[in-house]
Amino acid sequence: MHDVVLDKIRKTYNKNSLVAVDNVSLSVNKGELFGLIGPDGAGKTSIFRILTTLLLPDGGNASVSGYDVVKDYKIIRNHVGYMPGRFSLYQDLSVEENLNFFATLFGTTIKENYDLIKEIYVQIEPFKTRRAGKLSGGMKQKLALCCALIHRPTVLFLDEPTTGVDTVSRKEFWEMLKRLKSQGITIMVSTPYMDEATLCERIALIQSGKILSINTPANVIAQFPQNLFAIKSTNMSGLLKDLRDFGNIESCNAFGEYHHITLSDESDATQHELKTYLESKQHENIVLQSTTPTIEDCFIQLMNNQDGGNSN
Amino acid sequence: MRTLKFLLRKEFRQIFRNKSLLPVIFVMPIIQLLIMPLAADYEVKNINISIVDHDHSPYSQKLISKIIASGYFRLSDYSNSFNQAFEQIEKDNSDLVLEIPKDFERNLIRENTQQLYIAVNAINGTKANLGGAYLNRLIQDYNADIRTEWIQPQRYNASPTIQIASSNWFNTYLNYSFFMVPGILAFLVTMVGAYMCSLNIVKEKEVGTIEQINVTPIKKHHFILGKLIPFWVIGMFVFSVGLFGVGRLVYGIVPIGSMGSLYAFLSLYLIALLGLGLLISTYSDTQQQAMSIAFFFMMIFLLMSGLFTSIDSMPEWAKVIAQLNPVTYFIEVMRMVVLKGSGFSDIKYHFLIICGFAIFFNGWAILNYKKTS
Repeated sequence: MHDVVLDKIRKTYNKNSLVAVDNVSLSVNKGELFGLIGPDGAGKTSIFRILTTLLLPDGGNASVSGYDVVKDYKIIRNHVGYMPGRFSLYQDLSVEENLNFFATLFGTTIKENYDLIKEIYVQIEPFKTRRAGKLSGGMKQKLALCCALIHRPTVLFLDEPTTGVDTVSRKEFWEMLKRLKSQGITIMVSTPYMDEATLCERIALIQSGKILSINTPANVIAQFPQNLFAIKSTNMSGLLKDLRDFGNIESCNAFGEYHHITLSDESDATQHELKTYLESKQHENIVLQSTTPTIEDCFIQLMNNQDGGNSN
Repeated sequence: MRTLKFLLRKEFRQIFRNKSLLPVIFVMPIIQLLIMPLAADYEVKNINISIVDHDHSPYSQKLISKIIASGYFRLSDYSNSFNQAFEQIEKDNSDLVLEIPKDFERNLIRENTQQLYIAVNAINGTKANLGGAYLNRLIQDYNADIRTEWIQPQRYNASPTIQIASSNWFNTYLNYSFFMVPGILAFLVTMVGAYMCSLNIVKEKEVGTIEQINVTPIKKHHFILGKLIPFWVIGMFVFSVGLFGVGRLVYGIVPIGSMGSLYAFLSLYLIALLGLGLLISTYSDTQQQAMSIAFFFMMIFLLMSGLFTSIDSMPEWAKVIAQLNPVTYFIEVMRMVVLKGSGFSDIKYHFLIICGFAIFFNGWAILNYKKTS
């Protein structure tokens, strides 16, 4: 049973000159924690706005909880919770007033669904008389989540909920999402942070309005076609430049402490050749080792593949 | 109903918490009502006059003191040559020059006739016209005084004369503020309605809260009513304070017409103007845009409403604009009801027209609101 289904959804802006969402098809299972992973401008927010009935698609069909986003938008609005990327509650109303207000708009009360938001709400309850605009970033986000949950939605859409939030609060936030999932709520979340992808059950990698891959995070990594090597030396920026000049290098990207590279020929001989090549370029303390790819590596690899496919 | 109640409660809370907007809504109209009628006054006073007296006789002195005592003129300069006086006009120190010739007194008595010369600085046309007219009138009075002094009163007038008796209706003492205050009050209510309402809705767009509202199952008419009703109430309140507080206590204007029909008209008028505010808000995404559009309309509404200048003396094309301006009708109704004591039957056409405006603005706004969301 799918709770969210997109079938060849297309959305363009500026009179068709800018394609934001390009024939996207995907489905989210009931009770799943689904991640939409992609950089800024990939079309994540447009997809969310189409699914929350704020934007009309230019082509294709989409449904949420079995209801069509265009025809049955009124029903959908009763069943989904949406937390936009930008904090959009009333800054001049207090925490409690905001929550009360949205509860009323959904025709319910805080008391009725208190059990659902309790765990999150207790953290901001000490500040319930404070204006929402005066809350810290993490607390604003918790309040926004409470407001999105107050009517016990069946599907929850979270658009970049962790953007601009500190590491500790981000971790807490994902914990909260897991607990919500255990209550049977389908959650669709978008994020530009690749490291958060592994926290989802399934992910869709999206770039320039196109889906690159839909799978579980483990499978996305397993599908990485080559061996990935990590390499470092004392002069990292020079190393990156010299690596790109080496004949057998397929891809080469800076990745924290190491550079991640793939080779067109993975034999030991080539690896040895690479080392001697680098030594000839005056690099010292060269470390070359095999490593497991991350979602980010997969994303870059898929992105390059697609670009190559397009140019052909 | 419960949703609407909550929407209204939220709206009023936000308005009363907005520390910068609250005074704008409630205090500024009162201050404007106190200041504007005093400044927007067409009575010309304090006309600076230069007098060139070549005669220095008791008669010329009498004329000068009569002019100064009238209260309209201020003696800025008393000189011996016209060139000196004209210099004062050039320096903008005086608006008028009155030249009294040599032997003014002697010739007036001996030859029964004498000439005076008046030069007027006509850059400010209104002031020049009125100043010249006042001065002519004063000199005629002075002339009559002298005639009664010298001519023996006769039993019958030698020549038939027409006596004119006039009385001022509706504004007995020609008090200018009686004319201005109701008009300015009408305009201020317009400002509160159209400006505040459009800014308020656009603010929700700008801050992004409208997104969050739009994903809820809230009904469109609830949302719109929730926005219009607070400003309707505020408009009513500001109007009442202006009419009974400032108008009555400060200016002593006691409305003599039917309050019922005035308020009935106001309620309808506010609906029309709030519709305009709603319309502006559907066309703008930021408060700055809304402000600019609203300001454009307000300027036209203000200048083409007959508030300061009579619509009857406008050119034909301007009359058409004035007739398309809802403020025109409200100012007319205000003056009719407050000063003339008009009742419902006198303003029934105004009712119809404003009803049309209300349907037009609100209808257009709702159509456009649907299209964009």
